[in-house]
Amino acid sequence: MNTRAIETQDSLRRDIDLAVSRGDASLALTLLGKFWREYPGPATASYLLASFEELRPVWNPRVFRLIVLRSFTVEPVISLLQASAAVNGIDLRVEIGGFNAYAQELLDPHSSIYETAPDGVVLAVQTRDVVPQLWSEFADLSPAAIAQTVEEVLRSYRGWIETFRSRSRAHLIVHTLEIPEMPSQGILDAQVREGQCESIRSINRGLLQIAQETEGVYVLDYDALVARFGRGVWHDEGKWLSVRLPITAHCLVHLAHEWLRYICPLAGKSCKVLVVDLDNTLWGGVAGEDGFEGIQIGPDYPGAAYQAVQRAMLDLYHRGVVLAVCSKNNPAEAMEILARHPGMLLKPQQFAALRINWNDKARNLREIAAELNVGVEALAFLDDNPVERQWVRSQVPEVSVIELPKDPMDYARALREACVFETLKLSAEDRERGKYYEEQRQRQDLKRSSSSLEDFYSSLQMEAEIGEVKPETIARIGQLTQKTNQFNLTTRRYTEQQIKAMSLDPTCRLYALRARDRFGDNGLVGLAITRQRRDEVEIDTFLMSCRVIGRTLETALLAVIADDAHNAGARRLSGWFVPTPKNAPAREFYSRHGFTRTGENKQGSRWDLDLEHRTIQSPPWIRVRICIKEAIS
Amino acid sequence: MTDSIAERVRRIATGIFQVPLDRVLIQSSPETIETWDSLQHLNLVLELEQVFGVRFSPDEMAQMVTVEAIVGILERMGLPEADSGS
Repeated sequence: MNTRAIETQDSLRRDIDLAVSRGDASLALTLLGKFWREYPGPATASYLLASFEELRPVWNPRVFRLIVLRSFTVEPVISLLQASAAVNGIDLRVEIGGFNAYAQELLDPHSSIYETAPDGVVLAVQTRDVVPQLWSEFADLSPAAIAQTVEEVLRSYRGWIETFRSRSRAHLIVHTLEIPEMPSQGILDAQVREGQCESIRSINRGLLQIAQETEGVYVLDYDALVARFGRGVWHDEGKWLSVRLPITAHCLVHLAHEWLRYICPLAGKSCKVLVVDLDNTLWGGVAGEDGFEGIQIGPDYPGAAYQAVQRAMLDLYHRGVVLAVCSKNNPAEAMEILARHPGMLLKPQQFAALRINWNDKARNLREIAAELNVGVEALAFLDDNPVERQWVRSQVPEVSVIELPKDPMDYARALREACVFETLKLSAEDRERGKYYEEQRQRQDLKRSSSSLEDFYSSLQMEAEIGEVKPETIARIGQLTQKTNQFNLTTRRYTEQQIKAMSLDPTCRLYALRARDRFGDNGLVGLAITRQRRDEVEIDTFLMSCRVIGRTLETALLAVIADDAHNAGARRLSGWFVPTPKNAPAREFYSRHGFTRTGENKQGSRWDLDLEHRTIQSPPWIRVRICIKEAIS
Repeated sequence: MTDSIAERVRRIATGIFQVPLDRVLIQSSPETIETWDSLQHLNLVLELEQVFGVRFSPDEMAQMVTVEAIVGILERMGLPEADSGS
């Protein structure tokens, strides 16, 4: 670091201190993010954490409580992790397990992981600690002993994980075991089935198996992480031997970042939509100057860098991320390229919303969010122009702005590294989401051409299938409670384990609504949970995905619940409306359906429907199919 | 601006120990800076390694008990001139 670098750092610090002292949260958060990206390290981390502490009155992060169980020194990673979590809007509270005490801590029912109920637990154990026989003593083992060792290690892991799952609801992130840089048999190791690396890999395959069989358990491929940066570079033998820290100084932040990739989706910090610029982001050059022939996009240099960006975007599209365009171009020129340029990997119909105009991008982003029925915090923004990025950060601080490096060949990597798109589960709905939005655009067109709302509803030919929770839909149902913000009456978030427990509780009923229409299958988009107490059925949860808001499907679902409650002998159907900053679309739900307001507290209002004298009419334009056994009887 | 190794080490130490620059002197040690405990010592080592692009041996880490000792070790490593544009 030279004098100029120190001066830049000092002036950035002065700007941050000023913004913090003025309580200007959005500027301070922007600058703190920039500071972290440019100078990640222990000193920056402690400075950042102190600044975030001062910002607390105006800073509104998600809280996530993490416990790290470990077999090596992780302390210096923690402040790096907390700083980078804070930059991503997460207030991370971390507790570290005893050195090499992970097994006791997992098995002891009174250990702090069970007494403090954290949100997540990381099990960071190294090969050399958990199975030294396969690390330094490998050459001493017979093939039979190797197989036995692998089996024993997996049995221990299974015991720890099953015990953990039976006692805790927290998410568990399990590190895989790394393979050695230099196998004990040299190149012979790659020639034999029972080689050292292969044995360790078979443990890792076993860990994946255990994780797949156990809910809320995820694998972090530590071996791949180490390999990504280079085994020789990653490892610091001197610090390992002296302070039990096996990781080189400049690699610590990579481990912190890897942990954060898991914490972001678990803490609900994820974006649903990626909004991209066009010129010099999706292709090289400027459409208005270089023209259709002159822009760079194709399989060779330099257009290949932009194809790599498009490939990364397509990967996100298949992961359920919705794509949109926000760019300053002449619409005709840009659309011509999007639709017809042979180098384009993305097709116009894969973009759910397009804002190609000369308007302010902050305004365009707000419009895109409104058009897609999501909050602005669901948007991530990709633009090569640092001025636009800064503008968006300052005007719509809720949007996640992805920082791009100078060289376009590094763009795709930057996009792939963005934590905001990470997901630990992929439902069928996620995979098909892009198609849903395409169909949604067709519905909008139909709505414009319909003479009345009823006419539009009828022409949609809607079908609602209302059924119980099935093992294959639990993940999606949990996700609906976690992610639905707008049409959600109580906004109660449930984990998959809680959903499962409720589905087994005889006083509870779960109604999952799947919607179809002439344009396609919307998938599982509605959920209601009710509880019966004597002659009253209370609606615990009632929500509709933003994908189907405004199509009267909620009335069809409510009608089924009311019928069902009446058939079960209830005289009253009740429910709460708990207002949040986002659920205004659901505010009038109970009053519109003839419920009377019967109570109120700090959280919200209570509404009742007298089932003996009132029923709910299902809309005639929706064909309802009920797939619940008891309801038919 | 003075940009000697000693100055840079002092600045880094203020960042790690969260104390003002005038509290970090060339003779400062864990005895004179309250926040200089074993974890912050490790953080100081890691920060210095990152900033100077070096790696300290366990022996060197053990000798880094004053700012002066740290500066001595860094100087013996023969770092390029601070302003060479690294």
